[in-house]
Amino acid sequence: MSIEAPLNRTPITERFGEAIVDLGFAHGVHSFAAPPEMIVELCRFLKEHPALQFNFLSDICGVDHYPEMPRFEAVYHLYSLPNKWRIRIKCRLGDPPCVPSVMGVWRTANWHEREAWDMYGIRFDGHPDLRRIYMWEGFEGFPQRKDFPLRGYKDKLNPFGAEGPPPTQPDLATRNIP
Amino acid sequence: MTEVTELSRPEGQSHTREVLLNLGPQHPSTHGVLRLVLELEGEYVARVDPHIGYLHRGTEKLAESFSYTQIFPLTDRLDYLCPPSNNLAFALAVEKLLGIQAPIRAQYIRVLMAELARISGHLLITGALPLDLGAMTALLYAMREREMIMDLFEMISGARMHTSFCRVGGVREDLPDGFVPRIKEFCEIFPNRIRDYERLVENNRVFLKRTQGIGVITADDGIDLGLSGPNLRASGVDWDIRRDEPYEIYDRLDFKVITRDEGDCYARWRCRVEEMRESIRIIEQCLDQMPEGPFQIDMPTVAFPVDKNKVHCSMEALIQHFDLSAYGFKVPKGEVYSAIESPKGELGFYIVSDGSAKPFRMKVRAPSFVNLQGLFVASNANYLADMIAVLGSLDPVMGEVDK
Repeated sequence: MSIEAPLNRTPITERFGEAIVDLGFAHGVHSFAAPPEMIVELCRFLKEHPALQFNFLSDICGVDHYPEMPRFEAVYHLYSLPNKWRIRIKCRLGDPPCVPSVMGVWRTANWHEREAWDMYGIRFDGHPDLRRIYMWEGFEGFPQRKDFPLRGYKDKLNPFGAEGPPPTQPDLATRNIP
Repeated sequence: MTEVTELSRPEGQSHTREVLLNLGPQHPSTHGVLRLVLELEGEYVARVDPHIGYLHRGTEKLAESFSYTQIFPLTDRLDYLCPPSNNLAFALAVEKLLGIQAPIRAQYIRVLMAELARISGHLLITGALPLDLGAMTALLYAMREREMIMDLFEMISGARMHTSFCRVGGVREDLPDGFVPRIKEFCEIFPNRIRDYERLVENNRVFLKRTQGIGVITADDGIDLGLSGPNLRASGVDWDIRRDEPYEIYDRLDFKVITRDEGDCYARWRCRVEEMRESIRIIEQCLDQMPEGPFQIDMPTVAFPVDKNKVHCSMEALIQHFDLSAYGFKVPKGEVYSAIESPKGELGFYIVSDGSAKPFRMKVRAPSFVNLQGLFVASNANYLADMIAVLGSLDPVMGEVDK
């Protein structure tokens, strides 16, 4: 809406062809869907291409589409400081969700990826320090997943939590990935 | 004698050992509950590992079970120094999804409040950074002026801190009687007061020594680390969302984007002080240009009717009023990312809607959360004592960092 010059998409389609799906332009942001294995290459291309220059990573976040399958999604919002364009890259991920880390492209991805790991259990391969960021060490489960109860699970410290089975994949939650 | 032999070491081999130091979470200069684990080499900081999450309230998860109007109070508590900006960012995102725009008068009121909030947020850091470095006076004066803004907020919304004044499609109420003279008085007094703050520290050699050339972040590093707002502008990047992607009525206003080239603590402090002057200019222009008219969109499916009598006389209005209070309004399926220039930087809301009255997913791109990563660069090879200046100058608000 506020962006006047629409994004020039030809370099992206020329370089990646059918692999990157154009989801159209809505509310001032161009959306693309990309397979997870291409994300680092795509981000580097978008950042370094002289006509695009998406040099600012605004945000990375996870989305849980439960019960839809594939369930998870990693969403990247990039901004081009010289061109004043915004772009969104969406990566659909299976279960357990796993996507290469873009920390090699932008250092700011560090905490965004840690947050997505903490909240959704999305593993970012190649992230040097993928620890929980908000929840404490030893917390089990991923609280923002749709199947995690709003008040958590009932235990000694949380008498108001939901009754139910222990969180899924406790091994994934506690394992510290190098 | 034995001690001496223990300390003596083979020639050519240094015998320094890294010391781990814990700073916070309960420490007055961490500006909230932030814990830093510092790895020290002598008196230098070799590595910093911030531990956050002490204030994590699960805003994003909570929002998934709230109706859109109920989320406004949640956004208040993100950056609690300037709630109107957060309200505005959220309202804009939902309005984009709905495809509506607030009436012009409402947009002026929102911008006016957002700029007041910017001053109130910047005032705290104006005083707090000198306080952290031992100059206490500035904070007391800054708080005096902040009190005036709190009074103005109270006059507009009835609340001093958590105003929750924005609504989707407008604002809650019109400006009260007698508000304009009060804010004009403030606009007259305040620029001189800014000069006072500057004079308090400008020639303070201790303050200058401890901030100039300390914690330098280059423009490339700043962009790479995702800094935004005054933190990035202090490194010489000329980027302000108010100007570059104008939202609301910012394209009708004339203001200067403050940048500095040094990228050190002093530049970050200075940027904020000068931004307050621009905010005053914006407020004055808002007051001059503000038209008469409705403060709330006339759309019964989204907003309560302005004329309450309608609810008492018309059946449809009553039903819609009940529907809106009980269930909230439905937002079309889709997703939106909408960012504004909050006092701390780029505040973005990413909302995924599944067509129901509650957001399917709401992600807050909190500027303080990302700005705090500036510590990784700014603390490098600095003295431990300078960490306090670096942290203060990055101006993190833990409510926003921890969401």
